[in-house]
Amino acid sequence: MSTQVLLEPAETAGLATVKQRFSLKEWIFTTDHKRVAVLYMIGAFAAFFVAGIMAMLMRTELASLGPTITANPSTYNTWLYFHGAAMILGYQIPALTGFFANYYVPLMIGAKDVAFPRVNALSVWLFWMGIILALLTFVIPDPPDIMWTGYPPYSILTGGNTAFYTFTVLLMGFSSIAGGVNFLTTIIYMRAPGVTWGKMNMFIWCTLAAFIIQIIFVPVLGAAVTMLSFDKYLGTSFFNPAAGGSPLIYENLFWFYSHPAVYVIFLPAIGLIYEIMATFARNRIFNYKKIVYYGVLGVVGLGGVVWAHHLYVAGIPNWMILIHVFMTLIISVPVGLLMIGLLGTLYKGSIHYATPMLYAAGFVFLFLIGGLTGIPNAMSSIYIHLTDTYWMPGHFHYVMAISMTTAIIGGTYYVFPKMTGRMYSEKLGWIGFFLFFIGANITFMFTMIMGVKGMPRRYYDYQQFPEIEWMQQVATIGSYIIFLGALVVLISWLHGAFYGRKVGRNPWGSRSLEWTHAPSPPPPGNYGDGVKLPDDWNPYGYGKEPH
Amino acid sequence: MKKSKSWSKGLLAGVPLLFLPVLAGAEQAGVPDLRAGWEELWHELMIDIWVIGIIFAAITVYFLIRYRRKHHDEEGQGPRLSRLASFGWVFVPAFLFLADDIFLAAKNFELWNKMREVPSGAYEIKVEGFMWGFDITHPGGATATNELRVPEGTAVKASLTSRDVVHSFFLPDYRVKWDMVPGMNTYLWFNSGAPGEHVMTCAEYCGAMHSGMYGKVIVMPRAEFEKWIKENAPEQKS
Repeated sequence: MSTQVLLEPAETAGLATVKQRFSLKEWIFTTDHKRVAVLYMIGAFAAFFVAGIMAMLMRTELASLGPTITANPSTYNTWLYFHGAAMILGYQIPALTGFFANYYVPLMIGAKDVAFPRVNALSVWLFWMGIILALLTFVIPDPPDIMWTGYPPYSILTGGNTAFYTFTVLLMGFSSIAGGVNFLTTIIYMRAPGVTWGKMNMFIWCTLAAFIIQIIFVPVLGAAVTMLSFDKYLGTSFFNPAAGGSPLIYENLFWFYSHPAVYVIFLPAIGLIYEIMATFARNRIFNYKKIVYYGVLGVVGLGGVVWAHHLYVAGIPNWMILIHVFMTLIISVPVGLLMIGLLGTLYKGSIHYATPMLYAAGFVFLFLIGGLTGIPNAMSSIYIHLTDTYWMPGHFHYVMAISMTTAIIGGTYYVFPKMTGRMYSEKLGWIGFFLFFIGANITFMFTMIMGVKGMPRRYYDYQQFPEIEWMQQVATIGSYIIFLGALVVLISWLHGAFYGRKVGRNPWGSRSLEWTHAPSPPPPGNYGDGVKLPDDWNPYGYGKEPH
Repeated sequence: MKKSKSWSKGLLAGVPLLFLPVLAGAEQAGVPDLRAGWEELWHELMIDIWVIGIIFAAITVYFLIRYRRKHHDEEGQGPRLSRLASFGWVFVPAFLFLADDIFLAAKNFELWNKMREVPSGAYEIKVEGFMWGFDITHPGGATATNELRVPEGTAVKASLTSRDVVHSFFLPDYRVKWDMVPGMNTYLWFNSGAPGEHVMTCAEYCGAMHSGMYGKVIVMPRAEFEKWIKENAPEQKS
């Protein structure tokens, strides 16, 4: 492992002063963005772990026709509800817009903290309340069984506790809105002199874009799930057809948020991948400005007008389908540009394969499969067969679940030396990556194939499709490999945090501010008396041209 | 579908080789075969996707190998683009993607219009979803649950609704499905094809027994079907 250090300060000796005695009170009431980030990280990975166990239970149940580990389909449905809701609302969004946004945004723009540190603390508290509420699913007698989509009238008629769903969404939603206000203000007003709009890290642009989407669309979801609980508990009839309401209104409102939510996850994730690739290829971002304007902001522009592709067969009018087929296909333009930017960043680079770079390379392939398998879903005539089959979970696990998880895990390895001041074990990092990558491909490739053969999703059993049992078994084995990979990743982090070799401020040799100017780990206040940057500074200023 | 053809296409198209040929092509005069249309567009789409995917993947693999770090203080020498080149790298790919999008959209609407325009003279049945099954009513009044009998080689229009929650009427072998929404009437149609049996199943989550909500489509020779309808017609009220 080469430990290239551009600015070589001997500050590892000073680490002891940064490290404070552990105080639970200080952690709970912290307003330091780095500690808030750690709290987000713990909550998000806890959600990931529990929701992952749900996935293992479901895959085990599906490994044979008929009952395998539970004879009660409602138990399976609760696992599935928890898996979906926790993975999206409790893991992916908080990991990217909570953990990484908190850790990186002030550091990357040279600020001492976020604009409103106490609002930040409120965000993470609300998030933790949401996590605790979600975990209570396992102890209440009537757990929600309405899937993360919560479609009425089932969610109104069910004996499951729809209010838990509503309140979990609302807590997470308020947390996101508070975070959005905070980070938009921070990015706009708190950049150090010299960190201009044209020199912002890709991750900052992507986070900015993601929070713009959150602030516009989260309230719509909040309204929809609130109306849902009004229908169930207060006897209103927004969505209840028995009293003149329409389930289609909910479906539209739900996807009006939940499709853009995909981009809330995608943008910061690809932002992280850009950071990792630039650092490990020691290369400038290919066509930076145009990628930002047409790629990142293009996704924001189009993201809000494609939601109806979730509803082609739901009973919406045909004119709406015509518009959304076209708009959805056009999403390929900004997303394609973002991919070209990534590949261009590798061109003539100097690529070093540390663990984060492995994850970044893995991301390209997984996202390529995920993105391309989205094209059939945009086309209503192909979608009519594929929707609500295993094809869909196959596709969105590629494009969201595992792609974005490579970004989250890779991003965590990337930030690891900065956060802990220590280095993880590369060997464990590599083993974890390959287990994850291989397992994920086995599971979700077979998931997609089962979908094409007609296996519907959200099925506890599949008596009508006995011929696919062997594929279910292969997918189950793949999922165990993923789980093993996740355990190795967890072990490598714990091992690194306690026993890892100590490192200086810039073990990767990055040019980005958080690596060149802040010690590892950065102290409260980050940069002391502020950051002064030379005129030719650029977070991607690689290339060894004479200055 | 011929097996050899399916194989050669499958090599190119990857996934579709796992299809089981289910329906023998039985296109009646004037009644389009939606399944064949779906398969054809799917194959074209797969070629489209695999070509794009292989181009991107091959470039990625090449870059990942070609530009490995040779010695530890080496730095990347990525290009600084001129103004023209930077716009070129946006608009040329954007036009290529757009051209493909427009092509695919056009292909899509061609098939979509067939899927949504029920041929005249279609055999019309009513299907009502409930937790957890499908109630079927034939034009003559014959009823059945979870068993949809239709004559061979006929366009069948299913008028869909639901008694309780949202279900989805899914016929995997015919490559069609449509949601059954309470308080609403929706429809789909399919070409019944040759005699045989096909799965009919629910595709929208509807509670505990969602996966147990399935039945059969039974395609019968015409004469047999007529006989069945007559035998099962409700008794005339006097």
